[in-house]
Amino acid sequence: MNDEPHGQSQEGMPTHRHQTPHRSLFSIRRYQSGHMRHRLASLLCCMLAAVIGMSQPAASQGFAGLGTTAKGFAMPRTGYAFTFPADHGPHPHFRIEWWYLTANLKGADGKAYGVQWTLFRSALAPGDQPGWQSPQVWLGHAAITTPTAQHVAERLARGGIGQAGVSPAPFAAWIDDWAMRRPDMSATGGDALDDLNLSASGTDFRYSLALKARGPLVLQGQGGYSVKSAAGQASFYYSQPFYTVTGRLDLPGGAVDVTGQAWLDREWSSQPLAADQSGWDWFSLHFDTGEKLMGFRLRDKGAGFTSATWIAANGQPEPLPPGALTLTPGRKARVADRDIPVEWRLELPSKGIDISTKPLNPQAWMATRTPYWEGPIRFSGSRSGQGYLEMTGY
Amino acid sequence: MLLTFTDVFKRYQTAEGPLTVLDGLSLSLDGGETLALTGESGSGKSTLLHLAAGLDQADAGAVRIDGVEIGALKDTGRAAMRREVVGLIFQQFNLIPSLTVGANLAFHARLAGRHDAAWQADLAARLGLENLLNRYPEQLSGGQQQRVAIGRTLGARPKLVLADEPTGNLDEATGDGVIALMLNLVRETGAALLMVTHSQRLAERLDRRIHLTGGRIL
Amino acid sequence: MTLTVALSALLSHWRRRPAQLALLILGLSLATALWSGVQAINAEARASYDRAAALLGQDRLAQLARRDGGAIAQTDFVALSRAGWLVSPVLEGTLRLEGSRLRLLGIEPLSLPAQAETLDLGRGGGDLLPFITPPGLLYAAPETVKALAAVPGLPPLRASPNLLPGTALTDIGTAQRLLGRPGEISRLLVLPEQPMGRANLENVAPDLALKAPEAGGDLSRLTDSFHLNLTAFGFLAFAVGLFIVYSAIGLAFEQRRVTFRTLRALGLSARALTAALLLELIVFALAAGLIGVALGYLVGAALLPGVSATLEGLYGASVPGTLSLRPQWWVSGLAIALIGTLAAAMQSLWRVWHLPLLAPGSPRAWARASEHALIGQAAAGLGLLILSIGLGLWGSGLIAGFTVLGALLFGAALLLPVLLALVLAGLQRLVRRPVAEWFLADSRQQLPGLSLALMALLLALSANIGVGTMVSSFRLTFTGWLDQRLASELYVTARNPAEAERLTTFLQGKVDAILPIWHIEGSLEGAPGAVYGAADHATYRDHWPLLAALPDSWDRVATGRAAMINEQLARRARLKPGGSLTLPGGWQVEIAGIYSDYGNPEGQAIVNSGALVAHYPTVERLRFGLRLAPGGVPALMAEIADQLKLPADNMVDQATIKRRSLDVFEQTFTVTAALNVLTLGVAGLAMVASLTTLSAMRLPQLAPVWAMGLTRRRLVRLELARTLMLAALTFLAALPVGLALAYVLLAIINVEAFGWRLPMHIFPADWLRLGLLALLAALLSALIPLRRLARLAPADLLKVFAHER
Repeated sequence: MNDEPHGQSQEGMPTHRHQTPHRSLFSIRRYQSGHMRHRLASLLCCMLAAVIGMSQPAASQGFAGLGTTAKGFAMPRTGYAFTFPADHGPHPHFRIEWWYLTANLKGADGKAYGVQWTLFRSALAPGDQPGWQSPQVWLGHAAITTPTAQHVAERLARGGIGQAGVSPAPFAAWIDDWAMRRPDMSATGGDALDDLNLSASGTDFRYSLALKARGPLVLQGQGGYSVKSAAGQASFYYSQPFYTVTGRLDLPGGAVDVTGQAWLDREWSSQPLAADQSGWDWFSLHFDTGEKLMGFRLRDKGAGFTSATWIAANGQPEPLPPGALTLTPGRKARVADRDIPVEWRLELPSKGIDISTKPLNPQAWMATRTPYWEGPIRFSGSRSGQGYLEMTGY
Repeated sequence: MLLTFTDVFKRYQTAEGPLTVLDGLSLSLDGGETLALTGESGSGKSTLLHLAAGLDQADAGAVRIDGVEIGALKDTGRAAMRREVVGLIFQQFNLIPSLTVGANLAFHARLAGRHDAAWQADLAARLGLENLLNRYPEQLSGGQQQRVAIGRTLGARPKLVLADEPTGNLDEATGDGVIALMLNLVRETGAALLMVTHSQRLAERLDRRIHLTGGRIL
Repeated sequence: MTLTVALSALLSHWRRRPAQLALLILGLSLATALWSGVQAINAEARASYDRAAALLGQDRLAQLARRDGGAIAQTDFVALSRAGWLVSPVLEGTLRLEGSRLRLLGIEPLSLPAQAETLDLGRGGGDLLPFITPPGLLYAAPETVKALAAVPGLPPLRASPNLLPGTALTDIGTAQRLLGRPGEISRLLVLPEQPMGRANLENVAPDLALKAPEAGGDLSRLTDSFHLNLTAFGFLAFAVGLFIVYSAIGLAFEQRRVTFRTLRALGLSARALTAALLLELIVFALAAGLIGVALGYLVGAALLPGVSATLEGLYGASVPGTLSLRPQWWVSGLAIALIGTLAAAMQSLWRVWHLPLLAPGSPRAWARASEHALIGQAAAGLGLLILSIGLGLWGSGLIAGFTVLGALLFGAALLLPVLLALVLAGLQRLVRRPVAEWFLADSRQQLPGLSLALMALLLALSANIGVGTMVSSFRLTFTGWLDQRLASELYVTARNPAEAERLTTFLQGKVDAILPIWHIEGSLEGAPGAVYGAADHATYRDHWPLLAALPDSWDRVATGRAAMINEQLARRARLKPGGSLTLPGGWQVEIAGIYSDYGNPEGQAIVNSGALVAHYPTVERLRFGLRLAPGGVPALMAEIADQLKLPADNMVDQATIKRRSLDVFEQTFTVTAALNVLTLGVAGLAMVASLTTLSAMRLPQLAPVWAMGLTRRRLVRLELARTLMLAALTFLAALPVGLALAYVLLAIINVEAFGWRLPMHIFPADWLRLGLLALLAALLSALIPLRRLARLAPADLLKVFAHER
């Protein structure tokens, strides 16, 4: 019998499914810096769907029940000094964390492709324990988007036994046979994430990519402290948007060699979201001229909320104030029995940007336990380039 | 007197109310005497016979056999009377189906404790049954069955033979033969006979005749 | 239209004889009730097995298990996952709690495939966190939750109506902790969809083998015999009940013969008459079927708790104690009532169809059995007996066993009237007195009319003798076996290894011997089993009940290279002393001996305890048997409780454990006994039916005898004597049949069904009791007709002489 007092601290924990009286405090307007992303929603939504059997989060509970307090979990704070490679690894005292990579690729066959590789960590209770009693749960999403098809796979695993996890040095993040790891033969020096091999597989696809960073890590917000609201919600957030990619995709029609560029996000927090958000529209853009832009719109019962970060070609980030970016939905497509705006107009007057986006495949539907739209896009207008779009809550 | 009825009354309950079958009837029969009892259907012939056999009891009056009043006897006494003094011959023959002809013939005599093998064999021969002794009643014709019934009764040498329409189920020729046999044997054994019949022709062959109407002797 | 008129004329019969109608309906309902009650129980149990098999999707999912039957290392699971195998680990084990066993299923909720999610954990108020983190949660059926509520040391309990009683579902981590099997996995469920480029199994986990999905699982295989047993009893009861129906229908047809003839004479065709009668029968069958199914539900519901206890005790199979109504069950109950009625009415209907218009009506015709029929019946009976003996000698398998049984019973039943006729004829030759002669001759004449009821009585009595002998033999053997087997005076279980250590140190010098009782669970010869360790001690040499052994068998076991195996394993896998056996993990041992192991459905092997620990280092070492003077047991228990704070539940003395074992045993045969009594009751009713039927036809046979000077009282006494004599003769005939039945049960059925053979013991005192019971049944069944006879007025008897017939 191993009755440890560990269970005690959990009893006071609000569960995801139970409403708390604090819920009303969280409104979308308080997410001032707005760096917390849609991905969180996918993560917990999937968790809950898989584990508790909840498939459609009610708006009043906040998207995927994220508007709950984070009692017992660590909270992001200002002035945190990131230490790498340690911070590439997991932070089990925070409730949620992810290693999120999207890639825009070009095949030897001349076609465009998109690849997604995501590892989410969700702590059901703060801290870690060895073995099955670990409260850490891992979730993987992988996809290949082609102009005509979307190949999706999903994995769930418990922490503590080695089925899934992240080790900072030598860097490796894995769930089952999927992995993002620094190759054994990699030259020493540079950041641990500068050189990565990436692999994943599903019933009808498999990929294996090599990533090389051509720029520095980018700390988002104030030195990686990304404030979310006046109430103090925030996350730790950094990105590596400068990867070049080579590799191979295995598809039902055969293997394709590919090259292209990729963007990695690292983020962890404990209490991210408001109660009444119904979904997200999120963009990561690679400009042909080398700059990057991250921007999103949070949808709620009111006017919604947009936020963005401009990243110079040398990796210098410039957080933009709320409302600087205007997002306008365009053509809608019928996807998985819903109407989803697959074309958009983005206006950022302070940078002279007015562009329109088109998806590589309007049917880039992630048919995971909690489904959402995520796929590669191209844009044109005042500037041109490519990127990724994610839309949740439709 | 072997058999006397003195002011005998008998009523039955019927659906239409009480029905008086015997209405103060008196008669007597001597040992060795043969008496024919005729009358319409429902005149009380069979009831009289049943009372005489101790199968049933009178409501009033006395029935005596050999000076013993049957009404005063208990069930066992009446059964003993039937076994030892009386012999019955029915219209239906009423043989015991599970016993062979031979066993049927001997049955009453053995019950009465008066079994006499020689008399039995003689009877069987006289009745023309000597080749049928190992058959069962159901294998016999009606005339044969009635001869077995007569043999069964006379085998026990009863003092009083009571016969209820013994030829009623037989055709005329067979019936005449059976009656002739029966009368011969009854007279030979010195038994008295009370026979119910509706046939005047048969009644003529007996010593005396009584006609019953509405439970009385006319 | 004609049909309606005809039908109303036919039905008027029943208005005049409501008792006869009641008997017909009662007989049919009872027959249907026993049959469908048993079927309901079987259906409930089978549904439970299917649920058990479907619980983790074994019926739909392939699985990985170790080739040698041992536990899978958790590291193998991780390696497989990381090689692309989508699998979900399951740990299965039995948790021995005070007085009961709990089947623990450890699952991993995140990887569990949808096919295996028979439970919605969320609906039970579940959350992943409390489920996966200590102390964990146990999900169990509401009744199990209730039963476990007071058991200390268990994680919090949650009720889930989807689970079978006696089974608890928990996280694999919790299961590993509770079972003391850290890092162990019993099997891996393979998800139906696997990713591209998955590695070969041989390269990742060469010790594992892929197993295809299986329907039903081990439980239905193990329990098949038990259900066949129940079905056989249900069928026997149904057949006995049909005797009643047969005689009631026969009577009703005979009594209406005149009506039939009149209807035919009035122009109703044979076809229309038969159709009208058929319609009448169908209506009765459906009405009686409905009553029967309702009664059957009650019978099933009353017997089910006993059956559940039996299945739990014998096979560890969990069946809920309450019955649910299944449409296919009551529809089949109605169908069997209909089929049974038509089967019983076939002969009568055939006769109506061929009724000669002008032949004289003889109500006794049907009762007169021709010599031909008796000879045919004797030939059929002898044929069945020969078949039974032949199959008994050369057949094999459970079906053959039950065929032996059925042929024996029905052969004997067919021979009974022939035998009785011969006995009565023989007696008739011996007696000299006319009344005795008539009595015997008349009894013989009654035989055809009574033979069906007597056959039913024979079946019920034989079944009683047979099953009674088997159960009593079993009880005697089992008690003796327990005395040998439970040699230790006290059994103690430590709560953890440290306590076990303290306990053994404490006990040094205080007891004559400390015998470890440690075991692992694993697969033996391809079926679930257990390997126990035994110390090299005189207790085993002196007491262990061996059926066959090599010389110096315990010395061989002491070397660690040999094992004793139980009878079940030996019979199932056809193993003999001197042969070899592979234990879980690939440990090869010689078979030193075979021991009897009643009441255990699984294979078992005993090895030296040192060798057990050497081969299975993770084995739980908590349980011990202690040898000491019996008088010192209470003092030692008090001392252990006082000094080591060991809870009272963790110490069981020999007497208690014996009592518990016997309790389980007694429960095992409660159902059989109940069915036995019910069958006897139905047979009694068949007697009532037959005697009532016959009494209506008795008057013409009795009246002449009465007229010739037998009193009514004497006739009643003779009638009673006849019934008692026939019952007694039937009982005498049932004795050898019952003993043969017991032999078949012990030497054939039990071996096939349970895997053990028992010596047969004979219990004449039981026979005496059963004989008296049979006479009492006959007396009771004769009571109503005889009362009527005794109260008969002379006028009724006189009618015989006056009636036109």
